[in-house]
Amino acid sequence: MGLAKRIIPCLDVTNGRVVKGVNFLALRDAGDPVEIAKRYDDQGADELTFLDITASSDNRGLILHIIEEVASQVFIPLTVGGGVREVEDVRRLLNAGADKVSINTTAVLNPKMVQAAAAKFGSQCIVVAIDAKKVENQPFEWEVFTHGGRKATGLDAVKWAEYMVSLGAGELLVTSMDRDGTKIGFNNPLNKAISDAVEVPIIASGGVGNLQHLVDGVKQGGADAVLAASIFHYGEYTIKQAKEYMAQHGIEVRL
Amino acid sequence: MSKIDIAVVDYGMGNLRSVSKALEHVAPAKTVLVTSNPVEIAKAKRVVFPGQGAMPDCMRELDARGLRDAVLYAAQYKPFLGICIGLQMLFEHSEEGDTAGLGLFKGSVKRFATADMVDSNGDKLKVPHMGWNQVYQVNQTESQPHALWQGIEDGARFYYVHSYYVQPDDESIISGFSQYPKRFTCAIAKNNLFAVQFHPEKSADAGLQLLTNFVNWAPN
Repeated sequence: MGLAKRIIPCLDVTNGRVVKGVNFLALRDAGDPVEIAKRYDDQGADELTFLDITASSDNRGLILHIIEEVASQVFIPLTVGGGVREVEDVRRLLNAGADKVSINTTAVLNPKMVQAAAAKFGSQCIVVAIDAKKVENQPFEWEVFTHGGRKATGLDAVKWAEYMVSLGAGELLVTSMDRDGTKIGFNNPLNKAISDAVEVPIIASGGVGNLQHLVDGVKQGGADAVLAASIFHYGEYTIKQAKEYMAQHGIEVRL
Repeated sequence: MSKIDIAVVDYGMGNLRSVSKALEHVAPAKTVLVTSNPVEIAKAKRVVFPGQGAMPDCMRELDARGLRDAVLYAAQYKPFLGICIGLQMLFEHSEEGDTAGLGLFKGSVKRFATADMVDSNGDKLKVPHMGWNQVYQVNQTESQPHALWQGIEDGARFYYVHSYYVQPDDESIISGFSQYPKRFTCAIAKNNLFAVQFHPEKSADAGLQLLTNFVNWAPN
């Protein structure tokens, strides 16, 4: 037996509260990030991803306190993304207890920042998040978008992935903007194209609606890890159920 | 200076918070100090030698802080736990940046060879080796597992993130291995020293058990 495929629940955090993830029946304070993180850890989550979607820069520091709290109680890898603009942001998040930092829009605006962060802290903690959309008007199939999928970049997602790895990205979080929120499954051809093109692990994201989608993400999309939010947050499935289902379908997981 | 139960060696290479938090969690009554002061390392009862990033930088920063002797002394004379690059640095040489290590153990540190990176289904295996893999314990003496494996199932999963692994010349120091896809050494033990490639501080219950075992360990 060897390396297990990972299941990663994603928590969207704004102003210090989790905004998705309000349906754990036993939780007194449903939006408390620390309590939710502990619950996922108990269920057997392999990692946790926090996405800081706080709009105002005034409240950005709140995420640091949350990560500090979580990191002193939950002993699995923690990834934090959202609003990471400078190498100094990476340092602050790592010092707060994040194990990896996910860089998205800034990677496009300033690729050198990815390179500088990887050189300073090591590739193992630098995740580049790629938001991709299928396009018709380009010589390639999937285009990179930024600003939450609003701005086209003209970049080929597969070539972009290769470039980010060459600059030092240790892992890629690939989100299909076409699939995000649809619950019709991952964009497996996109994930497979990127997974085949690079040596580093990829996390598939966007579109999970049921447990078979997780299996397909690994088997068809070549994902090393699968990220999901709503199917776990709204109590449709536990992490444990997801892992058992994947194991029944021949995927190695940590049970 | 107050007593220091556990010193976590800080040589400026990234985040040691995870390691110290996990130690504080398993040993709330102990004093855990993250330090780059050789005197404090010398005074500590136990020493944890973590590491992340690239080995050339780690070796350079270790020497820049004058910590080489303190680490070598601790590694030979007090309960000592190396983690990740903290394991790799104990060897003579690493392929990463063609770097000389501390040379406490004969052997080298090698990168996962691209040509080998295929699983039994023919699917590509990624580098870095990132995630939860099974750790198989090696009984070094008679039939007794090492004290640091106590209460941990043989084959338990631990969290890894690395592209290089150690290859000791002396196989008698091997205390554990994983497979990716070939077998590689993930734990070594000798006398007062134990060192692992995976991250116990990020390996949930199995990792906390190993850290608990280290905190309570009384090597001869």
